[in-house]
Formats: sequence, structure tokens, C-alpha cells
Amino acid sequence: MSRATGRAVRQGAPLKTGDSENKMPAKFLLVDDEEDYINTLSERLELRGLGADVVHDGAGALSYLARHEPDVVVLDIRMPGMDGIEVLRQIKRDHPTVEVVMATGHGSAVEEKLARQLGAFAYFGKPVDIAELSATMKEASAARRRQGQG
Amino acid sequence: MTESKRAAKVKKKEWWTVDEEIGGRPLFRYRRLWGAIVTSTLLIAILPLLVMVVANYYQYHKAFEEEIKQPIHLLASNARRSLHFFFDERLAALNFIIHEKSYDELCDQRELTRIFKILKENYADLVDVGLIDADGMQRTYVGPFGLRDKDYSKQEWFKNAMLRGRAVSDVFLGYRQFPHFALAVRTENEEGQAYVLRATLDADILTTLLEDKERPDLRDAFILSRQGVLQTPSKTQGEILTSAAVTLPPLAAESRVIEQPGAGGRIQVLGYAYITNTPFIYMVLEQRDTLLKGWFALRNQLLLFLGLSIILIVIVVLVGSTYTINKIREADDKRLALLHKVEYTAKMASIGRLAAGVAHEINNPLAIINEKAGLMTDILDATEDFPTKEKIKSSVQPIIDSVDRCAKITRRLLRFAKHIDLRREIIQMEFLIKEVLSFLDKEATYRALDVSVDVQERVPSIESDRGRLQQVFLNIINNAFGAVEDGGRVNIFIAREGDNHVSVTVRDNGVGIPPENLHNIFEPFFTTKEKHGTGLGLSITYGLVEKLGGKITVDSQVGEWTKFTVILPTKPEVKDESSEAAAG
Repeated sequence: MSRATGRAVRQGAPLKTGDSENKMPAKFLLVDDEEDYINTLSERLELRGLGADVVHDGAGALSYLARHEPDVVVLDIRMPGMDGIEVLRQIKRDHPTVEVVMATGHGSAVEEKLARQLGAFAYFGKPVDIAELSATMKEASAARRRQGQG
Repeated sequence: MTESKRAAKVKKKEWWTVDEEIGGRPLFRYRRLWGAIVTSTLLIAILPLLVMVVANYYQYHKAFEEEIKQPIHLLASNARRSLHFFFDERLAALNFIIHEKSYDELCDQRELTRIFKILKENYADLVDVGLIDADGMQRTYVGPFGLRDKDYSKQEWFKNAMLRGRAVSDVFLGYRQFPHFALAVRTENEEGQAYVLRATLDADILTTLLEDKERPDLRDAFILSRQGVLQTPSKTQGEILTSAAVTLPPLAAESRVIEQPGAGGRIQVLGYAYITNTPFIYMVLEQRDTLLKGWFALRNQLLLFLGLSIILIVIVVLVGSTYTINKIREADDKRLALLHKVEYTAKMASIGRLAAGVAHEINNPLAIINEKAGLMTDILDATEDFPTKEKIKSSVQPIIDSVDRCAKITRRLLRFAKHIDLRREIIQMEFLIKEVLSFLDKEATYRALDVSVDVQERVPSIESDRGRLQQVFLNIINNAFGAVEDGGRVNIFIAREGDNHVSVTVRDNGVGIPPENLHNIFEPFFTTKEKHGTGLGLSITYGLVEKLGGKITVDSQVGEWTKFTVILPTKPEVKDESSEAAAG
């Protein structure tokens, strides 16, 4: 609970990518079109000391990354417009050091395999256990830091 | 379709005894087909045979009738000819004498004795000879009896001779008291005086003439007078000079053969000939059935042949038709089973897709509920105690638990529909089963279950996915444990199936599965454990076994036992990857 004080809890309407420009860029980016879900998740992660920015589609995620590279992106697969697999592919192409954790309600074995082949750090099926997710995100972040230092 | 799965369960009904449907096909169709084949084949085979035999029967019969009459006819006409010759010859001799010698010469006892002597040299059968004047008085007589001056004027033969010039008499006893007959010729001298030369013959000569050298024991040949009196002894008609039983046949100039009823209702064949210028009728009698003996033998052979042929044809047709129909039915069954399998696979695939779709759609709202409830807990944890805090907390926790339950269900649904590459390793089925049993060890011990694993000799190891196989057998054995009472029995039997398959049979002595449930036991959401199960267990098992290239079948007897059999290939077939990707 003491960790939760690290960053203010975001409230109300979803955060637009533009809003985050003025603030300190977060180490994590959450990408999901299901706003109720992703905003709540973001809040809970923040309570656990994992402050994250939120975008709601693939294009938003890519433009966010063009401006700022987070350590870890948590990515949904089934989204309107560009789907998560495509976003993953572009992230890994343009930002190879960024770790991507996939979290989807539509996961199939083929997609999981594909995601792992494309370099996803982890793959979760929704609903996700918050403890597991936060642990994985920390791991991924640490992994990137190690790589960055190395 | 689940019929293929039930194939082992449903006892094969036989089409010739049962009139119900199996797999939507009425069995009487086979019976009808069988009937049609049997009827048509029998007709084609037996009808010509019957026609042939019947035609032959009548032809042979006719030929035989002709043939049996032939020798009789021949006998009669020969007898007629020789009798004619016999009488003509003797009458001619008498005629010559009466014309050659004058009345006075013939009246001379010495002259007639000389003539008789010469005659007797030629015709030994002659008994005596005599000259009779126009008044019927015997003027001269040569012979063993003293018959001079006997009056013959009342005798039939004398009248005939006077009237027609020559006559042959019936056999009679006369003055001499032994059977004999007379030949007489008549002439007149220049003075117009008529006289008759008469010779007597012993009747035995006729018997001698008729003697049958061919078949004396079967035929009865005899001579009858036109009054129906026997002129010779007869085997069937009686003694000489008695009336014969046989009716007189119609008068005919030539010899004839007729059939007529004889003694005891037996038909007899009668050959006869009226001997012209004599009172004699030659007759030869033979029993028809004696003559037809050959025919009867032939007829019996013919009927035996017919009977054996028909029996043989019927057997061949019945056996052949039954065999053919069985083959047809087997082929139908095979095709139907294949059809069912294809249908079932397609159905399972679509159910799988539906399950996956539902699971996917539910996952997203579940995720929201999860996060919202999670957030509530997070906030509650971060908030100081207030009066209703614990109550709210205890309300939120079940929400999270329920989400977990739902998530488990959707995950199982997805697993059911899942298509993932198989991992392959060499597996000894026995070890795998024992491994699986070790998971359930505690339950077995606690409930005192009798669990046995029997392995046939030389069961090959198989190449397959260990994890999936564990899942399959865990599920099946778990179900078996669930079905038996405490202390119940679960037997597992591992055997080789041909060269390329291994079968594992799990049999319990539990409650059993009613036939109506056997149909859909492998379908998702089918469950009988209303409260506990989700009904995905066996459908997943089914999917897994199919995925591994195997087959799973179930058989059960309610209240007695249930048997699941999994047949696995020793080497899995390579499955098409692209179709799986499309399904994902």
C-alpha cells in the first residue's frame, strides 16, 4: 500500500496519449480497446507501483512508441484496426529492445506460438491474475534494463 | 453421429429375424432383397428343370408303352402266321387226297389205310382219318378207335365243311373222350355225290405250337374258341375246354395288341389274332406292370434326379443368397460407419469452433469484472476500517472466485477446441498408466478400490504426446473412480491391436451408462453430474484422442460395468497444419 503512493491514481475518462506528453513518461504502456478494463487494470498496477500509460488501439501505441520507448508494453491482440500481432511485429521491428507482454481473451495456440516467435516476452489469457501480471512486467522491465546496460 | 461409437454396444441384429431399424436403415430391406434373389434364382434354376423332367417323363412313358407292345404284337402275328400255315398245310394235304382219289378208292379200307400211313409219316400229329358221306355217316375209318358208321351229321364242322368245302373244328372230347379237333374237306364226284374227308388231330399239338421259349414264366399264350372256350391249357385262364375269364376282343383281320383290366384290377396287355377259317383265337397275355418294370426303374431314377437336383439348387441358392446379402450388409455397414465418423468429426469440429467463440467472447467481460472487483479489494485494503468494510470485502471475494470459475470453464472450452502441435516421445503405455494412477493413489487407497493393470505380452511402445495421454487417461480413470462404489473394481488392460496400434481398456464395475446417454457422452456440456461437472471432460478427452490419431469407444451395461477403450497408433499420422490455423 505504501507503494501505491508513488504515483497518483488516474481517474475518470481514459487518458489520451497527448496528455502524457507533459508528464514523466511511464516505464509501462498498456494497449487495449476495452476501456473499462484497461483503465481499471492501470489503476491496480499503479497501486502496485507499476505506473503505466494507456492507449486504446494499435496505431496509438505505435505513435506513443515513436515519441517515447517504455520498458514494457502490455498488448491486447483482438483490437479494432491494427491487431495486436501486427503491432507486436512493428514494435519488435522498430524498437527491438522493448519487451512486449501479450494479454488476450481470444488467445489461441497458433497465436501464442506466433507471438512467441515474434519475440513476445510472455503470453497471458484474460482474465489475468494481477499478481502474475505485475510480476511478469517487473521481470520484463528488469530484463530490458539488463540488456540496456549490457 | 455417435452410432459408430455405439457399434460395439449394440448387438448386431440379424436381418433374417429382426424387423427393426438400425442406423436409419430398415432391416427388412435386406430380407426383401434376399427373398427376391432367392425367388428369382430358384425360378430360373428349377422351372426349366421341371419342364425338362416332365417332358422327358411323358416322352419316355410313351416310348415305353410302344416298346412293351412291340414284342407282344410280334408274338401274336408270328403265331397267327404259323397257325395259318399249320392248318393250311394239313387242309391242303387232305384236299389233294380227296381230289386225287375217287370216292370208291377212299371207301376202300386198305387204300385209306395206305394213305393214312403216308400222311402219318409227314404229319405225326395226325390221330386218324375217315371218309364221311353226304349224310354224315362215316364210311371208312383208319385210326386207333372203332368209329366206322358213326353219324357226324349234327356236328358243326361237318355242316361247315359241307357248306364251305373245308372246316376246322373246335377242340372237343367227342366219342373218344380226349381233347382233339378235326380238319375236314369236301368234294363231289361226277355223279353229284358229295363226301367229306376228315382228319383228327390231338389238341396237344396246339399247346406245342404255342410254346414260348423266351419268357414262358411271364407270358400266358393260349388259344380260345370264338365261344370263349379254352382250346389249350392256360396259366391264368384255366384248364382246357373251360370258359376263359378274358373277354373276347373285337374281331380283326390282323393281329392286334390291346390293354384291358385283368384280375385284381391290374391292367394286362393282350395280344391276339383271329385265325381265319378256323374257330380259333390266338391270345397272349402279359401283366402291364411286369412289362413296365424298366419304365418304373427309369421313372424312379428320373424322380430321384429331380429331387436331388432341387435340393442341391435350393441349398446352393439359400447359402449363396445369404452370403451375398451378408456381404452387401457388411459393405453398407462399413460405409455407414465411415459416414457417421465423418459426420461426427464435422460435428465435433463445429462444436469446437462454437465453444472457442463463446469462450473468447466471455473472456473480455470476465476480465473487466475481474479487474473491477480486484480494484475494489485493492481499495478496501488501502482504506481504514469502517463498519461495513468486512461485509463488503466478503461480498467482493466471491465475485473474484466466480470469475476464476468462469475462467476455468472458458479455458477448458478453449482446450477442447485447441489445436496445438503434438510433442512426440517414445512412451511405454504401462509406465504412463502407472504414472497416471500414482496421481490417484490416495483416492484409491482411501476408498479401498481394487485397481489392476494387466499388460499383454510384447506390447509395442508408442510415439505420442505424453502430457495429452496423461490428460486422457487421468480423465477416463477419474471417471471410472467416480462411477464405482467404495471398494469397487477398476481394471486396466493394455494390449496390442494388430501391428500398428495399442489399446488401453479401462473397465469399472460401477453404475454404468444408460444407452440413451452413450449417444452423446462425448459431446461438450453433456453431463449427468448436474451439480459438479461442466461436461467438458469427455469431449476434451475425445478431442485429444482424435488429435493423437486414436479412437475412443465406450460400452456399458447399466448397473454392471462401463468400459472405455482407447486405441492409439504406434506412430501418429501427420496432421494438416493449415486447417488448424484456420480453425484458431
